[in-house]
Amino acid sequence: MEKSYYNQEDLKKFASISEFQPNLASKFFDYYGEVFKEGALTAREKSLIALAVSHAVQCPYCIDAYTEDTITKGCSEAQMMEAVHVAAAIRGGASLVHGVQMMNKTKKLSM
Amino acid sequence: MSLKSRDHALSSPAEQLKVLGGELFHTGKLPTFREKLIAHNYYPLTPTGIQVFQINIGYMCNQTCKHCHVDAGPDRKEIMTKATMESCLEVYEKYKFPTIDLTGGAPEMNPEFYWFVSELKKRGAKEIIVRCNLTIILANQKYHELPLFFKENNIRVVSSLPFYKADRTDRQRGEGVFDKSLKALVMLNEVGYGVEESGLVLDLVYNPSGAFLPSDQKTLEKDFKRELFELFKIKFNSLLCITNLPISRFLEHLVNTDNFEDYMSLLVRAFNPSALNGVMCRNTISVGWDGYLYDCDFNQMLGMKLDKNTGQHISEFNLTKLNQRSIAVHQHCYGCTAGAGSSCQGAVVT
Repeated sequence: MEKSYYNQEDLKKFASISEFQPNLASKFFDYYGEVFKEGALTAREKSLIALAVSHAVQCPYCIDAYTEDTITKGCSEAQMMEAVHVAAAIRGGASLVHGVQMMNKTKKLSM
Repeated sequence: MSLKSRDHALSSPAEQLKVLGGELFHTGKLPTFREKLIAHNYYPLTPTGIQVFQINIGYMCNQTCKHCHVDAGPDRKEIMTKATMESCLEVYEKYKFPTIDLTGGAPEMNPEFYWFVSELKKRGAKEIIVRCNLTIILANQKYHELPLFFKENNIRVVSSLPFYKADRTDRQRGEGVFDKSLKALVMLNEVGYGVEESGLVLDLVYNPSGAFLPSDQKTLEKDFKRELFELFKIKFNSLLCITNLPISRFLEHLVNTDNFEDYMSLLVRAFNPSALNGVMCRNTISVGWDGYLYDCDFNQMLGMKLDKNTGQHISEFNLTKLNQRSIAVHQHCYGCTAGAGSSCQGAVVT
């Protein structure tokens, strides 16, 4: 077993998940490929969304993959960091909006 | 500073080939380029006829870019002599190749540059490309007239600009290069380069400022056109995307930043067999500053001379033998077959 839960080399082995369940893996990778194709959103916009989501779900494989993908697609450092801030804002906002629940409960309990 | 002036091990082509041919490719981890060609029935790679007569007239340059595959710089003294240029003119006169591609270093720094261009024009050269690094135009007063000289000789100007923002450009090409490049582009636009219906062609070259591949050429071209025009009112014709090949100073960068293995893996994973039809070594002959012949500018920098039977020097130029040769390949060739492919004319698969 690896000494760390995350191994950088494992990203290159992503496709090997098909070893234990080929049918579902095949469906997933087909779907994945379709999702990232140029569509109503450009491939670059999708890549920036993926970079933001990677940070929101804190997946180191995804962060490596979509940092390389966005820079390859010609995104600037500022655009990439703004995408990360979008993730941070949503995560922060998701915590803070629950403050209303806390306030509601506090007010209900209080005299 | 150039690898050569630092006396760096990688200034030796033999040392570069040693790194490129190291254990990564000989422990079965990655296939060699030769193995890849065999697997796709392209071995040996053969010419399709010479369309581009590319002449490197010297390694001297006013810049010392981090990724330079030539290891060019102000300290490099290797420049083509007038006698070698005369040999090139004789060959050109005989075969009239459709395109002449003058490169360096900064080709304009060769004192015989102006004479050479004029002699090529006298011999009826239709398309002459000059790979101008832009900053040379501002480097010294004697170069300020270059845009006019280019215009008078209807030169196609091809210039590197790795990004439309200063930070990424300067990290690769040196502090202040972006601002100077913009000034030079304005000077070129002022004489008509890149301007619609002027007939004067100004192409820009994008190459990634790091260990990653270029994106889709057309998409990036749109970005460059929009940003350069909106911000600086600069116009140009086409953007050519060129992949960084793992040789010379870019190889040094890859090794120093622990990116060599990942970058080579990336190039191998992105191997696109359809790019093999358009790789430049098949339609180009590259002449070194000393008159030696090569399959391409990259092979030139790796010292991979042509086979003795083909004729190794401009003085032995034999078109029939050149068209029958086998092209020399090594692991750096993966750079020209990754993704949409890469050549001095940009992507090869559209």
